[in-house]
Order: sequence, then structure tokens, then C-alpha cells
Amino acid sequence: MNAGHLAALAFLLPLLGTALVVLCGRRPNLREAMTILTGLATFVLVASLVPRLHAGESIRMDFFEVLPGLPLAFDVEPLGLLFALVASGLWILTSCYSIGYMRAHHEEHQTRFYAFFAIAISCAIGIAFSGNVFTLFLFYEALTLSTYPLVTHHGSEAAAKAGRAYLGILVTTSVAFLFTGIVWTWIIAGTVEFRPGGILQGKTNPLTAAVLLGLYVFGTGKAAVMPFHRWLPNAMVAPTPVSALLHAVAVVKAGVFTVLKVTVYVFGIDFLRETGASAWLAWVAAATMILAGLVALTRDGLKERLAYSTISQLAYIVLGAMVAHRLGIIGGALHIVAHAFGKITLFFCAGGILVATHKTKVSELDGLGRTMPVTMSAFFLASLSVIGLPPFGGSWSKLLLAMGAVQAGHAPLAWLLLAGSLLSAAYLLPISARAFLAPPKDDHRQEAPAMCLGPICFTTAGALALFFLSNPIHRLLEGIR
Amino acid sequence: MLRHNLPALIVVVPLLGGILTPILFRRGARPWAWATFVVASTFALSVALLLQVRGVLPAWSAYPSYPMGSWPIPWGIELRLDPLGAFVLVIISLVATVVTFAARRSLEREIPEDRRHFFYAVWILCITGFLGITITGDAFNVYVLLETASLASYILVGMGRDRDRRALKASVNYLLLGSIGACLILLGIGYIYMVTGTLNMADMAARLGEIRAKWEGGEMIYRRTVMVAVAFFAVGIGLKLALFPLHAWLPDAYTYAPSMASALLAGISTKVGAYVAMRFFFTVLGPEVSFRPIPTGTILQWCAAAGIVYGSLMALRQTEVKRILAYSSVAQVGYIALGIGIATPTGLQGSIVHLLNHAITKSGLFVALAAVALQAKGTTLVDLRGLGRRMPVTMAAFTAGGLGLIGIPMTAGFVSKWYLVKASIEQGLILPVVAVVVGSLLALAYVWRVVEAVYQPSADPGVREAPWSVVVSTWILIGASLFFGLHATLTSRLSLEAAHALLRGGP
Repeated sequence: MNAGHLAALAFLLPLLGTALVVLCGRRPNLREAMTILTGLATFVLVASLVPRLHAGESIRMDFFEVLPGLPLAFDVEPLGLLFALVASGLWILTSCYSIGYMRAHHEEHQTRFYAFFAIAISCAIGIAFSGNVFTLFLFYEALTLSTYPLVTHHGSEAAAKAGRAYLGILVTTSVAFLFTGIVWTWIIAGTVEFRPGGILQGKTNPLTAAVLLGLYVFGTGKAAVMPFHRWLPNAMVAPTPVSALLHAVAVVKAGVFTVLKVTVYVFGIDFLRETGASAWLAWVAAATMILAGLVALTRDGLKERLAYSTISQLAYIVLGAMVAHRLGIIGGALHIVAHAFGKITLFFCAGGILVATHKTKVSELDGLGRTMPVTMSAFFLASLSVIGLPPFGGSWSKLLLAMGAVQAGHAPLAWLLLAGSLLSAAYLLPISARAFLAPPKDDHRQEAPAMCLGPICFTTAGALALFFLSNPIHRLLEGIR
Repeated sequence: MLRHNLPALIVVVPLLGGILTPILFRRGARPWAWATFVVASTFALSVALLLQVRGVLPAWSAYPSYPMGSWPIPWGIELRLDPLGAFVLVIISLVATVVTFAARRSLEREIPEDRRHFFYAVWILCITGFLGITITGDAFNVYVLLETASLASYILVGMGRDRDRRALKASVNYLLLGSIGACLILLGIGYIYMVTGTLNMADMAARLGEIRAKWEGGEMIYRRTVMVAVAFFAVGIGLKLALFPLHAWLPDAYTYAPSMASALLAGISTKVGAYVAMRFFFTVLGPEVSFRPIPTGTILQWCAAAGIVYGSLMALRQTEVKRILAYSSVAQVGYIALGIGIATPTGLQGSIVHLLNHAITKSGLFVALAAVALQAKGTTLVDLRGLGRRMPVTMAAFTAGGLGLIGIPMTAGFVSKWYLVKASIEQGLILPVVAVVVGSLLALAYVWRVVEAVYQPSADPGVREAPWSVVVSTWILIGASLFFGLHATLTSRLSLEAAHALLRGGP
């Protein structure tokens, strides 16, 4: 079995997991065991590709041609492998967390939940490994559809409404912009393959490139660049594990991953820097970063505040891509990982608070540090990571992003990055301050279920570890050509 | 012997089969079994013909021409097959076979027994007409067979009267507008006959070529006559195609026809209308005549775009799901007309591939609705509420078909849109791109209204899954639409060949 087959298998395993979950639907313990086993197997499989990539092996898999000249193909490169590692690795933890959360919260239709969750992960891996923009687009849309039942899980009128916004915005942007952008690219370049150095060099003028890149950036609604960000706060009606893994990691990161990948392998960093085609989008991203941070300040719903924080942090990554500098790309990729660990912890904590105390608003969290010390400590540490303070993973990525902006000659953007971080401190730290400093309303200790606490501690440790052990990731990302 | 006469057999077999039905098979399930057998045999014949056209099987001796009754052409009637015709034959017979197979239980419910054998006879004759239009090489023959198919269609629609009396009005409406359309087409044929003195399509094309050569030399003979003919064709075929604003007959006809008749007609009748449009505009008149002096292409594009938007908006306002699908057909016809209006190989490729993609998707959806009509009280949004639990297999197919209407990737609808958008960007046209994008988004809206209702928690507990024959048929059609969305190399190649053959002029 060559490496390409392994990649294909990593994509198919979660689908197999879906089948197993459905088959074991009547026996919850067995069903959840299946999810976790599938998650472990997928992660191991994805991880086994890392040494092969380091060894310089080409990891390609051509399935079949969908349209003449447009194959469904995988071509694993460092960015995609990193994204797949994050998605599949955190899936295991989220599954453990889901067991605690879904049972403690007495959610219905759990089989459907786990089944669509696995499909969504499969789509995320498909996006990560895609060898051309066309394949990426197929899985991008499949990811939107497979997460829809998760967003509307509760079946209430509010959930249906949020689902409409979710589907409406994501499909609208992808059909109106991403789809036309892809067809246009195909006509200009004669191919839509991801190639080192891009495929558009010398085939188009700066203006067309700027418009085309705009189509990609706005077409990728999952990256939540303003003004197409509204679906993300809406999607918060979903059960918390969905918000945690999908709307802090897999789905939104699939969006920014798409932007990074298109920047590097369709346009090419050099081409973009020479033509300056991406500069205007860097400013759009910066504006998103600041505005979303400001909105987050005003939000009292905990998950909603976290959602706006996510929009702001995603804009960092888009900005990293748009400054068209190698450091920005590496910083952006690193931020995918660092923010994933930080934000998933925050969401896990929010879910833990909901299960233990049924509180959803920031203003209700007074003194919660006494009653839920573990959860709230984790929340505090993860906040530091998202803000970008050492000793947490978020500090490296933000440093690299700022360096990338400066080196590319966009010093003002670096200042805005700093301002964004200050904003994130302003909207995250008051939560911890309330929890630990304000007097509690009732005093009996009531932690989240153990199945929730385990993953919380694990991801917090991960955010810490990323500071000290970021070398392997750097080595992997050095492979971006 | 057999391989030399396939072009004739594809018309003769169903014609005789249809006439014999009420004479030989009157009781119980026999008319249905016979109809399925006859229609399935036309499917086998059309696949064989497609293989002959593609050179996989040895063709008949005078390929692509087949002189009917061995009368020399252009005096005798000619049957003629090119890649487009063969492709459309397969579409018609595929859809017809699956729907006929599915129809039994639904028709037992909706058509009284004493009329059922007669219904099946008309059903087969309707299919015969459509198949004949596609294979004939004679312009007057097109008219005759178009009337055959149309008269049969009016009857099929009118037979819905036992379920809903409004079917009669729908049928009369359809009859009036359909007859006007047929008249205009006949006038068009007559005008061309006036200047060419022939009814054979290839011969007409050759004579018109000579006339056009004279125009280029500055001698404008017959120019006005030909232009009037183009206008007659455009409006007449537009009526048959249900192209906006000539679509008025379609929504009522599809809504009140017997459920399975809707499935049959939605799959094939507008597709054959589009085929006739392509045949006359490109093969007979030639793009130079039909698109240059009058801006037919631009007019088609605007009508198509308006139809896409109008049809989708109207679909959004309906509560009867059959009507939602009917208005959706008005929109989807727009996509086909859009590609014809762009008139480049890629544009026509998009149109031709959409003939297949929309036929299987829409028929599949209507068959699924027929299943609902069979099991639940009705087919309004309220009746469909919660059926995702009660009829999971059928409703999964319905959802997949709905995604196909939207044109979500990995469904057949996406493939058509891909080529249409590609064609317009190649030509630097904005309008078609906007129409396709807006159409997809509105389709998302009207499909999702149904999907949301279907997957609501509350449900009528008495409803059960449909009989297996209906479920299997639904999934054959919807499965095909998923297959041709994921693996579209074959359909893309066939439709591109057909487009090139069209633009080259005569087959």
C-alpha cells in the first residue's frame, strides 16, 4: 500500500465510522466506542503520513475524473497534512467530550449526531488532502451540507432559522464567488491543480488576479471574512461539541485553510507580491479582525462572544495569507493549530459550564472560579493562548504573522495585529476576572462531568505544549514550496 | 437484419405496442406489464442505436440516413441519427422505462380500472411521438409526431380528472397553447418549404445554404420569408419548451395530471421541445440564419434568465409541492435555453447535458412525490411534514434530487451549471452567470422549504414507506443523477460530441 492509498484510507475511515455508528445506534456505549476507535485509527493513519512527507515521498491519489480534465485527486502537502492532523486529533478529544456533554445534557438523536459528525470530519480531511481546487470545492460543499443537521440538531424554530442563515450564507458565497472563481481560473490557467509556485504566474494581469483572489476569499464563506461572517454566531445554536470542533476547528479552519492553500498553490506568493493583487484583501482582513473584536466586546452570550472572537482570529490567518510573505503563511498555518487548541478549550469550558450550571451568559459567571475551579482555570489559560501571550502556542503564531506583515512592507498591519490582540484581551480576560474575583452567588462546588474535564485538561496542556514543542510543526511547514 | 433496421424499429415497436394495448391487454396488471415491456424494449433499442452512432456496434448500411420504406431521399421520409439524436433517444427511453415501471400502483389508485388499459395505450403513443420526433430527418414529420405526442399528453393530463377536476381545465389550457405552438411551427416549416421546395431537413439545410450564399453576394432573395420562419419557429418551439413568457400551460398541467403522468411529462416533453429547437436552429436553418439577422441568441438568453428568476420565485410561493416542482421546471428550462442562446460548443454542451441531468432529476422527484401521493393524504407542504421519519428511503431520494435542482456539487445539476458558467465566462457574458447563480440560490430557498418540512419532528403516524417498485424506481433516477454528477466524463463527452455535430451543420 503506497502513501496515496493511506491518504485515501484516512479519508474513508470516518465514513466507515459513520456506518458503524449507525449500525450500533441502539447501543450507545458501543456506538461511542466506535466513534473513538475510528478517530484514533484516522489520527494514526494521518500521522503516519508525516515521516513519509519528510522523506520527500509524493503522496498522491487519483480517484477518477469527475469532468473531463478535472479529476477527484488527493495530493498531500505540509499545509493540508497539518490541518488534517489537527482535525482528526481533536476529533478524538471532542468525541470523549461529546459523551460527557450529550448524556449529561440529555440530548436526543445522538446516533444522528455522531454519524454526521464523522461525515463532517471525512469532508474536512478531503479538503485538507485535495490535489486541485475542484476537489476542494466538492468537499467544501459536502462539509456545509453534512454540518447542517448538526447545527439544526435541536429541531426548534430557532435552530431552523439559524440553519437557514448557515446554509444560506455558506452556499450563497460559495456558488456566487468560489464557483465562478474556479471556473474562471480553469479558463485562464487551463488547470486547477495545486502546484508549487501557483498556476497563474504569467497568465493574467494584476487587476484580474486581484478580482479573482477576491472571489476566492469572499467565496470561502467558512473563513468568515466580513461581511459574510453572520453564519458563525448563528451556528452557535448547535450543541457545544459541534461549536467546539466544527465552528472553532474543522469548518472555519477549512475556510482559512482554503484561503492559505489557494494563495500559495494557485496564485503563488511571489506572483502576489510582485503584482500587489492581495494588498486590498489584507486590509479587508484587518478590518474584520478589529470589527469582530469590537463586536465581541459587546456580546453577553458566552458562546456568541467566543464566535466573534473566532471571526477575529480567523482574520489573522487570512491576513497572514494576504500579506504574501512566507512568514505570514507559516504564521497563519501555525495559528490554525494554536487557535484550534485555545478555542476548542474555551468552547469545551463553555459547554461544561452549561451542563453543570445551565448558565450561558458572561454576566452570570460571577464567582464561578470557586465552584468550577478546574474548568475556569482552563478557561483562563486558554484565553491567554488565544490572546497570544507566552508561554502558549498562540504567541509564536502571532509573532510570525506580525513579522510577515513587517517584512512584506505592511508595517501598519502589524500594528493592527497588535491592536487585535489587545482587543482579544479586552473581551476574554473579563470573563475570567468575573469568575475568579467577583463574589460567588452560591458556593457549592459543581464541576463539569469527568468526560468533559478530561478533554479540557488535555487541550489546555496542548496549548501550553505548543509553545515549547513547536519545532516539529515548523519543520513540517518548512516543506511548503 | 436487425441492426440494419433499428432506426425504424424504435418507432414501429412502440407504435404497434401502443395500438395493441387496449385490444390485447385489458385486465388487471397486464396493460402495465405490456407497457413496461414495450417501453423497456425501446430503451434497449436506443442504447443499441447510441452504440451504433458511436461506432461501437456496426451501423446500418446508409448510416446516418435511413430511407423509410426504401423510398429514395429526399422524396421519401428519412430517418436520420446523429450524436445529439442518439443521446436524446436514450434520455427519453430511460426516463420513460423507469417511470412506466414505477407507475402501476399509483395509476391503480388514480385511474379507474375501465379506463386504465386505454391510459396505457395513450401513454405508449405519447412516448412513441417523442421518440419519433428525435429520430426523424423530415421537417413535416416532426410536426406530425409533435402533434401525436402532444395530443397524447393532453389526454394524459386530462385523465387526472378523477383525482382533481381541475385537470380538465389544465388539459384544455395545455391543448390551446400547445396547438398554437404546433401551428406556428407548421407555419415556419411551410415558409421554409416555400423557399426551398423540400421537407427533408438535410435538403432544406443545403438549399438554405445556397440562398445564404446569395445574400452574401448582395442578392437578398427570400430573406424576409426566412426571417419570418425563424420568428415562427422561435415562438412555436418556445411554447412547446415552456420558455418564459410562453410557459403558462406548464404549472397547471404538471400539478393536476395523474402523479406518474407528471413524472413522465416533466422528464421528457420539455426536453424534446429543446431538442426540436436545437434541430431547427442549428441543423436546418444553421446558426448564421437563425442567430445573425435577428438577435435570437440574445433574446433567448434574456427570456431564459427571466424564466429562471420568475420560475424560481413562483416556486418559492407555492405550498403544493407538485407545483413547486412544476415552476422549478420553468426555471430549469431556462438553463437549457441559456446554453442554446449562447450558441458556442460549451454552451450547447451545457444545454445538452442538462437535458439528461434535469430529465432524470425532475422525473425522480416527481416519482418520489407520486409515492407520497400514494401513501399520505396529499402532496402539500403540510402533508409532507415529518415524512423523513415515515418514508425515510423515498424522502432521502427526494432530498438528493432537490440538491440536484440546486446544483450542489456531486449532483448532475452541478455539471450543467459548470458548463453554462464556463461558456459565459469564455464569451465574456455576465447575464448568464448571474442567472445561473441567482437561480441556484433561489432553488436552494424553494428546495429547502420542502426539506425543512420533511425533516420536522411531527408526523402523521399512519404513513408507511412506499411500495418497493416505486422506491426502487425513484432511486434509479435519483441514483443516476448522483452518478452522473460524480462521474460526468461520459455524459460530458457525449454532449460535447453532440454540440459539435450540431454546430457543424447537418448530421
